Formats: sequence, C-alpha cells, structure tokens
Amino acid sequence: MAAEGLERRQDRPSHLSMLAILIVALLAIAVLCALQPVLLWPGLGFALALIVVALVTSGRAAERIALPDSGPWSRQDVQTPPSFSQLDLARAVADPLIVFDRNGVVVHANPAALSAFDPVTPGTMLQLRFRAPELQSLVEHALNGTDDREPVDYAERFPVERMYRVSVARLDTTRGLFALIFRDHSEARRIDRMRADFIANASHELRTPLASISGFIETLRGPARNDAAARDRFLGIMQDQTGRMARLIDDLLSLSRVEMKPMLKPGETADLRPILEAVIATIGPRAKEAGVTIETDLEEGEAKVLGDRDELFQVFENLLENACKYGRSGKQVDIGLHRITDGGQTGIAASVRDHGQGIPAEHIPRITERFYRIDAEASRNQKGTGLGLAIVKHIVTRHNARLLIRSKIGEGTEFTVFFPDQPAMS
Amino acid sequence: MVAQQHIVRAYDEELKFLSARIGAMGGHAERMVERAVQALVTSDTALAQRIIVDDKMLDDAQREIDEKAIIIIARRQPLAHDLREIIGSIRISSDLERIGDLGKNIAKRVVAVSEARQPLRVFRGMEALSGLALAQLKEVLDIFASRSVDRIASLRDRDDQIDQMYTSLFRELLTYMMEDPRNIAPCTHLLFCAKNIERIGDHATNIAETVYYTATGRQLPAERPKDDLSHDVIAPMAGSQ
Repeated sequence: MAAEGLERRQDRPSHLSMLAILIVALLAIAVLCALQPVLLWPGLGFALALIVVALVTSGRAAERIALPDSGPWSRQDVQTPPSFSQLDLARAVADPLIVFDRNGVVVHANPAALSAFDPVTPGTMLQLRFRAPELQSLVEHALNGTDDREPVDYAERFPVERMYRVSVARLDTTRGLFALIFRDHSEARRIDRMRADFIANASHELRTPLASISGFIETLRGPARNDAAARDRFLGIMQDQTGRMARLIDDLLSLSRVEMKPMLKPGETADLRPILEAVIATIGPRAKEAGVTIETDLEEGEAKVLGDRDELFQVFENLLENACKYGRSGKQVDIGLHRITDGGQTGIAASVRDHGQGIPAEHIPRITERFYRIDAEASRNQKGTGLGLAIVKHIVTRHNARLLIRSKIGEGTEFTVFFPDQPAMS
Repeated sequence: MVAQQHIVRAYDEELKFLSARIGAMGGHAERMVERAVQALVTSDTALAQRIIVDDKMLDDAQREIDEKAIIIIARRQPLAHDLREIIGSIRISSDLERIGDLGKNIAKRVVAVSEARQPLRVFRGMEALSGLALAQLKEVLDIFASRSVDRIASLRDRDDQIDQMYTSLFRELLTYMMEDPRNIAPCTHLLFCAKNIERIGDHATNIAETVYYTATGRQLPAERPKDDLSHDVIAPMAGSQ
C-alpha cells in the first residue's frame, strides 16, 4: 500500500501546478487580445490548443499510479486497467519476481517470491534483504542506469539451500521500475553436490565392511579352507556385513532423495494421526520382538499439518525405530500427539519417548549429523547406519517444523517434532 | 519501513543510505564467515588469503557509516525514531565489523590447521556450528530488513543451540589433544575458530537487540524466561541439572 499512496501524493501537486499554468496562460492571452484586437483569432486558437494539451497531460498524470500491490481489488483505481494485466503477469510467473522502484524499495513481489524469501513485503529495501555482494552490485548498476549486466548467482542457504540465477530488467524508464528475476537452478547444482557427497560418504562408510569381507574371504581360501565350523561362522559375519552395506546404500539413497527436493509442494496437507497409526502398525511386530511395548496418547481430533505424507511417515518410522533400538532397556516407548505452545507459537507436537539410558548432553547437538554415532559399536550391533536422524532432521527442516530433543541420563530420550501453526497463506 | 517521509527529502536519502550501507556490510560479513569456514574445512589457503584482504571493505564501511551518522546528527538534530535508527546503524555496523574480524581471524588460522590433517568429524562439527551461527546472522539481518521484531524471540533461543554445539566441539577437540600431543597446536587453532564462530552468534544476538530497540524504543528483556524451551535442542528434562 505504501508505494501506491506515495505515488498518489506526488500526483496531486502536478495537477494543481498544471491548472495554475493554464489559467495564467489564458489570462495572458486575454490581455494580449484586448490590447491587439488583430490577434483575437490566433489567440483563441492558441488557447484552445493549450486547453487540449493540458487535458491530455493531466489524463496521463492520473494514470501514473505505479503497480499497486496485491491488495484487494476494490482499492484499485478504475482508470488503470493496464495494471491488472501487469499484476496478473507477475502472478503467472512461476519463478520469484520482484518489482522495485528507483529507490531500491520493493513495490511488488509475486507469490513465488513471497514464499521463497519470507520478508519481501512491499516497502522492504532490496539492498537490506538481498545482501550478497554480487546482488548488491547488480541492483546498484540497475539503479544507476548501467544496463546489460550479466546475471549473477545467488545462494540462499537457510533454512534449505537454494541457488538462483538473478537478472534485472528495466520495466519502465519514466517511472523507474525494475524487475528482479530469480531463476531457481538449485536442482542442477544439488545433483552435482549430491554426486560428490554420495561418493565421499559411500566410499568412506562402505570401506569398513568391504575390508572385513575381503579379509574373511582370504582366510576362507587360505588357513580356514578345511575348517567347517570356522567357515560357517565367517559366512555368517560376511552376511551381516553385506546386509549392513545394503542398508547403508538404502539410507544414503533416501537421504539423497530427500535432499534433492528441498521445497515442499505448496498447500499439501497431511493428517498426523493416521500417519502415526500406520507407523505403529509397521514397527509394532519388531518392537514386540525386541520386548518393547508401545503406549499411545493421541489427542482427539484432526492434526492436519502442511506436508508430505510419505516423508512424515519416514520421520516417525525412523524415530520409533530408534526408540525401540536404543531405548530397549526401558521396555516401553510412548507416542504422543498434542497441541502445545512452544516459544510463543502454538502448534501440533508429535513426540516419541523411550525410557532407555538417555543421551549424554554433549552429544545431543550433534546426533543429527550424518554418520555421527555416540557409540559406533552399539550402533553397528543395532544395524544402524548413522543416517536415520540426518534424514529426520532434513525432512523436519523442510516442513518448517522443529525437532526438539530432550534427554536425561538413565531416564530416556524424547524426540518431539513441533509443527507451528502456519499463518494463513495469501 | 520508510512509512513516514520527512519534509527535507535529502534527510530521507541520508537515512536510506545508512540502511543500504548496513545491508551491504551484512552481506559482506556473511560471505566472509562462510568463506572462512569453507577455507578451513577444505584447507584452501588461497581462499583464506583473499578473505583477509576482503576485510578492509568492512572496516571502511564502518568508518563511513560512523562519519555519515555523526554528520546527520549534527545537521538534522534527529529525534525519537530517527535518532534510534541512526544510533542503531552505528551499533550494528560495529557488530558487523567485529564479525568480519572474527571471520578474518578464522581465515588466518587456516594455514596452521591445514599443516596437520584433522579427522573429518571435527570439520563436520565446525560446519554445523558455523551453519547455526550463519543462520542466526541471516535471520537477524532479515529481521532488520523487514523490521518484523516479533520474530526476535525465537531467534535468541538459537544462541543456546550454538553454545551447546560449541561445548560439544570443545570436548571433542580436547580428546584429540590428549590422544596425541602433536595435535595440540592445530586443535588449539580449531578451538579458537570454534570460539570465534560462537562469538559471531553473540554479535548476531547483539544486533537483534539493537534492531528491537530501534523499532520499538524499548530494550529486549535481558533474560528470557527459564521454562521457554528452545527450538531444535536440547532442553534438559524437567528436574535435571
């Protein structure tokens, strides 16, 4: 709204001054005609032309209202039909697009821009929101009128990494409006990164089981060639190791998949309650095998959150599986679903709590890192890959949710996924 | 943000200049810290050298903001919100300049650390720590851009997260030093780097306080309530500690 009001305020003085000049000119012509009657007809003609010119220019001045922001249509002026199409055009662009004026203040941001860069409401100063040095110089050059700048790369790292190629275009010289256009090419860059990451992680983590398998093969072909008991034992260990490698590859792939698509499809919702119930049904048999009972405390009613059902399923599957593995000694795992208030925000919290031995405080900040293990041996015995919580953390971040970890030695650990209520999206 | 206008348009432009300059400084500081940690993790000494040179821009910008701010105060005799805005700019620019110094300091240690190869795990921790601090810094500067001070509360909590992460790294580095005395020199450097990153988080919190003061005219309450469980972490369960 600010930009609109601002432009109007500038229009009024120009109207008034135009009127004043017109009156003075007409008076001058009248005086001239009174003094020199010969000039009557040319004088009248000139006055007529002056009035026509004044009407045309003032009409154009009324049109000078800049792109109104995405406010309600009723506030729009009736005589500005072109701005409808401009706004619709901006809305139709799938990539983030920001229109700014010659002061570098945002006039309009299309829906894609609003959802990609949280606070870019009209009135924000562009140079404050986009601070990367390359972008600063791009905007500065545009404002100074130096055209034809090469597009620059811009990376937004938090909450999820996204890369853009940004270019600037001049929309209108007289009004001094510019458009900043972001082309998302995170996907391509991420595939590159993923490949490098995958190779680094896989080669590092797969080397240990591979080394042990090749060691056993060597022994089986050499000293233990005729030892049936040893052969049996070694083959058993080798099978465990190949199983571990297979799990590792599965987890690496699923982490890569999650990292591949950091943006959620907008507007997709999922109900947490059936997801939790499905997870319990899946893990239940294994939990029973391990001697763990699952207690549920699910609040009545719908627990709709913005998110992807399959991904959320994976979050709670990993959490519940962990609770059953590492909290085994506690014999019981509690699953809760409640509306709570956290840090001044209300939202839905789904929690998984075990009664196991707990996690020492110094490890808690880091257990969501890839391959971070508190006790490598114990993790391996439990068929852990060191990636489960990394996957959880990634999905949770993508959902704009928060992962809360509380633990006390000897009493157990509670993982809570907190989904803050989303403000109604426009 | 530029809701009210002044009668003298040049005054508006001067205030806007201060803001834009802070934006540029912020971008530079973010970039420096990010690159410094990258140089540290990849042992890229050439990149480290470039960062050290880059710090000059922040020093110059801070001096420029200081001078401009003093001239505005002297010439326009600002009151209320304008005055807070100007004083805020001075404070924020000095915090950003400090952040740049800390980034530079990390870059200076790259050579010493890269002489002896450290376990990958330490660097992962270092990256995670710098990720938290940079997220904090970005959020603060975004809040400064939009003046949405209601988001500050959740931001201060992240400071705790950074502290916890720092403590964890500290312990880990100590164990490496105890394992092998030859590790002591590089690990000490890494410890300083971790401390620097942690202090970058502190400066970000300072900026948040300044932004809050600028926008509202009130100070942020010094201590947040104890039972306010922080995000994404690690609150001890009731009864522990």
